[in-house]
Amino acid sequence: MKQVIKGNFAVSHGVKLCRVKVISAYPITPQTTIVEELSEMCASGELDAKFIKVESEHSAMAGVIGSSTAGVRSFTATSSQGLLLMHEVLHWAAGARLPIVLANVNRAVGPGWNIWADQTDSLSQRDTGLIQVYCESNQEVLDSVIMAYKLAEKVSLPVMLTYDAFFLSHTSEIVDIPEIEQVDEFLPPYNPEFRIDINNPRSFGGMIGPDYYFEERYIMHKDALKALEYYQQVCKEFEEIFGREYDICEEYRTGDAEVIVVAAGTITSVSRIAVDKFREEGKKVGLMKLRMFRPVPVERWRKVLGNVAKVVVMDRNLTAGLGGVFASEIQAALYPIENKPMVYPVIAGLGGRDVTPDDIEGIINYALSNDKPTDVPLFWGLKE
Amino acid sequence: MTQTKKTPSHPLDELLRLDRIPHIWCPGCGIGTAFSSCLIAMKTSGIDLQKTVMVSGIGCSGRGAGYVNLDSYHTTHGRAIPFATGMKLANPELNVIVFSGDGDLFAIGGNHFIHAARRNVDMTIICVNNFNYGMTGGQVAATTPYQAKTTTTPMGNPEPPFNLPLLAYASGATYVSRWTILHTRDLMESIEEALLKRGFSFIEVLAPCPVNYGRRNKEKALDSLKIYQERTIIKNNADPTELDIDFDRGVVLGKFVDQDRPTCTEMYDKTCRPTDLSEESKAA
Ligand SMILES: Cc1ncc(C[n+]2csc(CCOP(=O)(O)OP(=O)(O)O)c2C)c(N)n1
Ligand code: SF4
Ligand SMILES: [Mg+2]
Repeated sequence: MKQVIKGNFAVSHGVKLCRVKVISAYPITPQTTIVEELSEMCASGELDAKFIKVESEHSAMAGVIGSSTAGVRSFTATSSQGLLLMHEVLHWAAGARLPIVLANVNRAVGPGWNIWADQTDSLSQRDTGLIQVYCESNQEVLDSVIMAYKLAEKVSLPVMLTYDAFFLSHTSEIVDIPEIEQVDEFLPPYNPEFRIDINNPRSFGGMIGPDYYFEERYIMHKDALKALEYYQQVCKEFEEIFGREYDICEEYRTGDAEVIVVAAGTITSVSRIAVDKFREEGKKVGLMKLRMFRPVPVERWRKVLGNVAKVVVMDRNLTAGLGGVFASEIQAALYPIENKPMVYPVIAGLGGRDVTPDDIEGIINYALSNDKPTDVPLFWGLKE
Repeated sequence: MTQTKKTPSHPLDELLRLDRIPHIWCPGCGIGTAFSSCLIAMKTSGIDLQKTVMVSGIGCSGRGAGYVNLDSYHTTHGRAIPFATGMKLANPELNVIVFSGDGDLFAIGGNHFIHAARRNVDMTIICVNNFNYGMTGGQVAATTPYQAKTTTTPMGNPEPPFNLPLLAYASGATYVSRWTILHTRDLMESIEEALLKRGFSFIEVLAPCPVNYGRRNKEKALDSLKIYQERTIIKNNADPTELDIDFDRGVVLGKFVDQDRPTCTEMYDKTCRPTDLSEESKAA
C-alpha cells in the first residue's frame, strides 16, 4: 500500500513488519518520532513487542544486547551524540555477534550544537564492526530495515542503516509499504543457534586471552566480508518478492563515464540531477552511490571506478586533520590499480548546509577543468 | 518636543545575555520563573558574581546557561555535573551553579548526581522538574508520575518516578529542598540559602510544561498552578521517604535537609595535601 510518510515513519513501519520483539531507545532529535511511533504501536498492541524506555543511549544498546542474547529480534534507533554515547556497546554488539538492527539519523556532532544533516556520527563508528548501509530515500529506508534483519541474522553481525537528518527523517515521500505476509515470506522467524536457554545453560562474555582473541577477530573479519556477497543475495531475493532493486553500491550512467561522482545519502539525489544535466550537454559524467560502507565493497568500487579518468568524492563529514572519510577509503581501495583515476576529494554540506544541484555542477566543472585537485580536500562553499 | 521611545528593560537585564532574548521557552512554561528566581537569588545572596559560573546540560531547562551573562557552559546531555565538578576542583573559589532539567540530571545524568552528592562537591544544583523531556517533544522521564501520559507512554506510565529529595538525601547532599514555581518567594529564599551553603545543595523546582506534559495530561498552565496551590503542603524537615510525587495524595514541599559535613575539596586536601605540605608548596 502506498502512503506518503516521513523517513522516520518508514523506519517504524519497517520495524513493525519485521515483527521485532524488543525495542529499546532514548529520544534525540531528529530520531524522536521513530521512537514515539514505535512506543504507540507497542502500547496499543499493534506491534507485539516490549518497549524499554531507557535512560540513555548506552543503556538502549545494552538493553538490546540483552534481548538479542535472549534470542529475540531487537531494534534501537538514535542519532549524533546518542550514537557516540553508544560507542562502547556498539563494539560489544558486533563482537558478541548479535544481529541487532540500529537506525541512525545522520546529524552533526557538537560542539557547537547542531541538529542538521552530517555523516560524521555514523562514520566515526566505522571501526566498531557494525555493518553500515547509507540510504537516499524513504522507500530505501523502509526496505533497508527489512533487508537489514535478513542480513544481520545470516552473518550474525549488527547492521546500522543510516539516513540524513530532516532531508529524509522529517520529509514526506511516497512509500510503498509492503504487506506483512510478503515480509514473512522474505524474513522467517528469528531462531538463533546461540541464545540464553535454561535447558542448555551457557556463559556469555567470558575472558579470552592472547591465544584465541586474534583468531576470534579474524573470524569476525571474514564473516563481515561475507556480508558483501550475502547482501547481494538478500537484495536479489528482496527484488523477487517486492520488485525493488538494491545492491551494495549503485551505478547511474557510469557505463562510458569519464568523470564519476561518488556520494552517499541525499547528496546522491542532488548529484543525479547534475549528472543528467552534463549528459544533456554530451559530457560523460556518471554517479556511484555508496550504500554498504562496512564491510567495504573494494572489488566493486575498483570495477566501477577503475577505468575512469576522474573520481569526485562528496563527503558530508570531516575527520579533522585528514579530510573526508569516503574519499580516504576510496583512495585506499583504488591504490593498487595501475593507471588509477585522479581523485578529487570534496567536503560539502557539513552541519546541514544545503548542497544543491548547482553546487554539484560547480564541483564537477572544477574537476573537469583541473588536471589535479587544487585543494585536498576541497571545502566547497567555504565562507571566507 | 521630541519623544524618545523607551527601550523596555527588566530588573535582571544586567544578568542576561540580551542578544539571546527572546528566549525559546513557550508561553506558560515554568522554566522562566525558576530561572528568574535563580537570578534574583544570585543577586540578593551577595555572592561574587565575577566568581560564579552557571552550568547546564541539554534540554529546555538546560538553555539557562546560555542566557545568563556570566561565565556559563551548555554541556552535553547529562554531563552538567561532571563538567561542573571539574571546574570546581580546578578553581575551588568559584561558585558553581548547575541549572538543568529532570531528564538531564536524573535520566541520562543520574549517575553523576549521586556521586557528586556522595563526594559533597560544593555546588548548587537546581533541577527544573517538569515531569518529562520537554525539549524533544514530551517523552517519559525518570520523574514522570505513575500513569501519566507522554508520547512514549500513550497508555500511561507503567513505572514509578524517582523521589528526588530522597535520592539526594540518601546520596549525601547537605541541603535539600523542593518548591514549585508558584512558591516563588520560598523558592528564591531557598536558592539564596543553598548558594550560601557550603557543600552539595539540591533544589527541586516543580514546573509546568504545558506544551508537552500538560497537553497530554489535560493540564493547562494555570491548572498546574492551581494544583501546585491546592495539592501541595509545606512541611519542612519532612521524612524524605514521604516525598513521593503523587498529586492525588498531595505533594510535600519545604526544606528537608540542612546539615554539614566536609566538602569534596576539604576531604581531598586533608587526605592528599596535609596543611604543612600545601603551605610549603605555596611558599615555593
Ligand atoms: C546523548 C544525547 N541523547 C539525547 C539527546 C536529546 N535530548 C536533548 S534534551 C533531552 C531531554 C531533556 O529533558 P529535561 O532535562 O527534562 O529538560 P526539559 O526540556 O524538560 O527542560 C534529550 C533526550 C541529546 N542531546 N544527547
Ligand atoms: S516544551 Fe515544555 S519545557 Fe520546553 S519550553 Fe515549552 S513548555 Fe517549556
Ligand atoms: Mg524535563
